[in-house]
Amino acid sequence: MKTIELNRRQFLKGTGALIVSFNLFPSSSLLAQSNPGPGIDADPTQLDSWLAIAPDGTVTVFSGKVDLGTGVETALAQIVAEELNVPFNKIHMSGLDTTKAIYQGITAGSRTVERAGPQLRQAAAAARQELLKLAAARLNATPDRLMVKDGIVSVAGDVNRNVSYAQLIGGKQFNVKITATGTGWDMKVAPEIKAKDVKDYTVVGTSQKRIELPAKLTGEFTYVYDVRVPGMLHGRVVRPPTITSKPTSVDESSVKIIPGLVKVVQEGSFVGVVCQTEWAAIKAAKELKVSWSVPGTKMPASADEIYAYIKNTKSLRDQVTVNKGNPETALTQANKTYEATYRWPFQLHGMMGPSCSVADVGKEQATIYSGTQGSFETRKAVADLLGFPEKNVRVLYREASGSYGRMGADDVSEDAALLSRAVGKPVRVQWMRADEHGWEPKGPAQLDLIRAGVDAQGTIIAWDFADRGFPLTAASGGGLRLLASRQIGMKPTADGNSNGSRGGGDMYAFENQKCAAPLIPWVQADETPLRTGYLRAPGDIARCFASESFMDEIAADLRVDPVQFRMRYLGANKRGAEALAAVVKQARWQERPSPAATSSGAKAPGRGVAISNRAETICGAVAEVEVDTSTGNVAVKRFVLSHDCGLIINPDGLKNQIEGNIIQGVSRALMEEVKFDSTGIKTLDWNSYPVIRFPSVPEIEIVLINRPEMPALGGGEPSSAPIAAAIANAIFDAVGVRLREAPFTPERVLAGLKKA
Amino acid sequence: MARLTLKVNGKNQTVDVEPEMPLLYALRNDLQLNGPKFGCGLSQCGACTVIMDGNAIRSCVTPVGAAQNKSVTTLEGLGNVKKLHKIQQAFVDEQAAQCGYCINGMIMSTKALLDKTPKPSDSQIKEALAGNLCRCGTHIRILRAVKRASGQLA
Repeated sequence: MKTIELNRRQFLKGTGALIVSFNLFPSSSLLAQSNPGPGIDADPTQLDSWLAIAPDGTVTVFSGKVDLGTGVETALAQIVAEELNVPFNKIHMSGLDTTKAIYQGITAGSRTVERAGPQLRQAAAAARQELLKLAAARLNATPDRLMVKDGIVSVAGDVNRNVSYAQLIGGKQFNVKITATGTGWDMKVAPEIKAKDVKDYTVVGTSQKRIELPAKLTGEFTYVYDVRVPGMLHGRVVRPPTITSKPTSVDESSVKIIPGLVKVVQEGSFVGVVCQTEWAAIKAAKELKVSWSVPGTKMPASADEIYAYIKNTKSLRDQVTVNKGNPETALTQANKTYEATYRWPFQLHGMMGPSCSVADVGKEQATIYSGTQGSFETRKAVADLLGFPEKNVRVLYREASGSYGRMGADDVSEDAALLSRAVGKPVRVQWMRADEHGWEPKGPAQLDLIRAGVDAQGTIIAWDFADRGFPLTAASGGGLRLLASRQIGMKPTADGNSNGSRGGGDMYAFENQKCAAPLIPWVQADETPLRTGYLRAPGDIARCFASESFMDEIAADLRVDPVQFRMRYLGANKRGAEALAAVVKQARWQERPSPAATSSGAKAPGRGVAISNRAETICGAVAEVEVDTSTGNVAVKRFVLSHDCGLIINPDGLKNQIEGNIIQGVSRALMEEVKFDSTGIKTLDWNSYPVIRFPSVPEIEIVLINRPEMPALGGGEPSSAPIAAAIANAIFDAVGVRLREAPFTPERVLAGLKKA
Repeated sequence: MARLTLKVNGKNQTVDVEPEMPLLYALRNDLQLNGPKFGCGLSQCGACTVIMDGNAIRSCVTPVGAAQNKSVTTLEGLGNVKKLHKIQQAFVDEQAAQCGYCINGMIMSTKALLDKTPKPSDSQIKEALAGNLCRCGTHIRILRAVKRASGQLA
């Protein structure tokens, strides 16, 4: 920690700007946050814990949320600017430092605007109320006669009587208590304070430009990859090809000729190298000769083996989300029954910048720079790993590349901490591409089994949906252990987190309906590279693919237009029906049953629809595809999506996220699958695990449905959910081939065409 | 180890490195230019792209020794926040980034493209950027930004 402080002082003297992010704002020494100091967490009942106003009027917000590259900090800044009535460009989001920020829970699940938004809004409303009180005394007027514009309080009808926020409190503390009950996502902040009426909003609802974007476009932005601290060394970890087995020999002589080698580190089964330079560390990690013991856990040999295991293994818990009537009985009474099984493969987050962290571990304290989604969770994980009290670990967030859930499992900070402790110096670790592709915790495979029955009128009277899949067993800080912890012998004390449970047809109302998501045990004696972690819209993509494909299958069999068929079951779901209506209108959907009449050309066009609800954000999706009947190649030509996430904070920022979800979703639907056999992961680079490239990107049209009367909900990932389903349905429409396994590769399409 | 002189962003700079080390590490660690990023080390993703003698190259697989006597331009050589290059300005105007990790490569590939083809067609742009991966899915905005930078968008 000492080195860091030294560096900050150097920065303030203008001599060492290396570790400090680009910003135009006052340094922390000018701020009046009630800084509790190391070892004591910020107290959410102190208004000063939330924000501070500098003498120049800048408002610094000590949010416990981070920007993962989605632009959410800009949205949160808008919320604070709105509530305080200060110009948007006067808001400075401080960046998360666990010694300063309030714990608002992990940044995940598209819950930041939904949960942290109101927390910050209410804190800002409390600050505004306090500022008005101060202004009333200063201006000798009652608070009800005061108005605020651009951070200046004036008396109504007498604008020359005014005082700025900066004059009232700049550089000073509020020293005011507010209410804050509960913790993390569920914390309720100052609910008794009346916030601004939505109809008076001028900043929320506008497309403010992303705060940090210019610096990202010039190389001036400090990502975690760019953090350098004095005396910093470089480390790399050497992991076994398959499973975290034990190193039976580590031949240090194999690397001793590498100039700049500092140390070969072995602790339990954890092996790494530390060198003076990054290049030396890369070479040393590559050349270090390590023999590994025969693993105690068997790595699955194929995807078929995984799906068989999922199907035949007793679940940990069934996660029943809908249980209505009696689907079993109704199935026996049905006029016609349907049954299908859908497969979704292991997929990668595939962050463009492999994991990176800088750790400085001393005898009693540690400082970690990390792109983690949960700085406090990383703090706990690293403290457990090092045997330190949590208060002795400080985590400073620095943005990583987009991670889509991967950074909920902050493996690399543990690696860096172990290597730093071994050499007594700060160490930067970045994973190599094969490490990231091989060992990242993956979005797990899912096997979805569905049965349904219709009566004589073609109405669905029975629906039984089971999404069988794995819990997420790699996450920081919750009794689950990451790679380094497991390699030094720490055992997990939990069986994993849910991969979600919604989206198995629960948007529709059927007379007899069951939706469940049984979790199949997946904690092994030794960690295999088929680790599981949150991957954008966890589990929802597969569940939507299965349930929305199945709806399409029934509609097609009954010769009913797929949109009309869905509408029949959305009666009470007004937002669902409106999102569906909005997307088909934009797409100029022609009512008819699928598949389309056989096309005479080599490229068959088709359209498909799907709807989704993730965390109450509703999407309607229409995909238009062209299927090349000779090669089996699927081209997604146009994608239309309607999106209802309640009140919209920043329309362009939201569109940026939706476009990203569509493009990433097309990629995951068409080409992404982690391949493996019993010797390890076979998709260790971008050639073996291809993702979408520019020539394959579809045209995109987005319909935003704004609901100012509703709370603001998440936009970071919900629109991922319906993409694959809409594409699968479009493929069926084009060529009459029903794909029940993703990705929709040319081989699978051709195999389907041959069968048809 | 060898003492090499590199011409980067118009300035001659000396580095003590192994000549076979990829240029990327000399730029990032020796010259502390954070624009180029490590993405794969395999010339597969484009995050490390710099311009060498007019061509967009992958600095993660180019030995630093091969950059001697050549002119290297990095993202920092284009503009800065106070004075953005027109390509950077176009990316701001189109809000053409999410996490921004790939953007170095997008901008440098665009620079090399526009230097040779000032008014590229859509398919020329897609072709020129086909080797640059973006995981956030910002492609459509990037395409618009390139059109804007080439003066083909109002």
